[in-house]
Amino acid sequence: MIEELARLARRDGPVTVLKQTRVLVVRAGDVVVKAHPPDTDERALRARLDAAANLPGVMLPPLGLERLDGRLVTIWPAGDALTIDDVDAGTTPWEEGGRLLALLHSRTAPPELPPAGGPSRLPRAMADLAAAGVPGPVAAPIRAAYATLPPDRAGGTLTHGDWHLGQIVRHDGAWLLIDPDDLGAGDPAWDLARPAAWYAAGLLDPRDWERFLTAYLSAGGTAVSTDDPWRELDAPARALTVQLAATAVATAARAGEPPDDAAEALVSACRRIVAATEAET
Amino acid sequence: MECPKCRGRMRTLDRNGVHIEQCDNCRGIFLDYGELETLARMESQWAQQHYAPPPPPAHGGPVWGGHHGGHHGHRRNSWVGMLFSS
Repeated sequence: MIEELARLARRDGPVTVLKQTRVLVVRAGDVVVKAHPPDTDERALRARLDAAANLPGVMLPPLGLERLDGRLVTIWPAGDALTIDDVDAGTTPWEEGGRLLALLHSRTAPPELPPAGGPSRLPRAMADLAAAGVPGPVAAPIRAAYATLPPDRAGGTLTHGDWHLGQIVRHDGAWLLIDPDDLGAGDPAWDLARPAAWYAAGLLDPRDWERFLTAYLSAGGTAVSTDDPWRELDAPARALTVQLAATAVATAARAGEPPDDAAEALVSACRRIVAATEAET
Repeated sequence: MECPKCRGRMRTLDRNGVHIEQCDNCRGIFLDYGELETLARMESQWAQQHYAPPPPPAHGGPVWGGHHGGHHGHRRNSWVGMLFSS
């Protein structure tokens, strides 16, 4: 499959496997080729690719869509991704992330776009928690926090649906969002909710969080209010905290290891969500 | 004044308003009664000014938010992976 994907790139140069999970992503020369999961909805993917192609300066535009062994394959220009070294050196472009999301959120989602994929990740993470054989006492605070979550707010804003630091690349000198697989109509606060959850769990440095949020608001971002961003952020950040905690402890259980510091910090945040909900009611 | 340790010549110096005697020969320092405490107090005041905790975030936080301690311990664990993956 890797060689066939590299052939679809029609480029010379070394072939590198960038990701091999439910998706297979291969770089060949200056092109990246991505094989989507076999159950991908073609109409939804086409609508998302069209949307990405019409967001110059905001999202990386696709080069093409092909098919290989029954799987949909998308082809992209290769950008420079962030690395752990950027995080260590403090050169993470939080401001660019905030600015690009603000630009994305200024658009109305085209009617043919499916809902954004963000909220659907949470029940998947809870199913993963149940399937991974996580010890009951470890999973209990996560399940308890999940039970307190309010229903999702619907929304018609163009939303990335899966934003994190792996979803921003530099291409031809400009930073762009990548990966429209979860792009769709939704509540745009979900795009800020993952960094918000990191911040609330004590993992993300408050200065980095402020850089990101300030840049988002300065660029006219509409997902949250300027006077009290947590009014809109609170519910999706709680949901992301539960999702990240479930994924972290499930991953540790599968590796046969106890939850590490980051997983513990997220589970502690789940306990605080439960306590805060009890205090509210 | 003569250095009590090496018999060298002591010179009076001014350090932040505190007079101290330093030996020209062995560089040893003699402090009068209370001067060590004065210097320690000034140092802690300086540290408070320069290492004060950062001001509270401009945009607030959730009621269920956690403490932000040292982040160095998180650097090489699942936290880094979390920054870059779904």
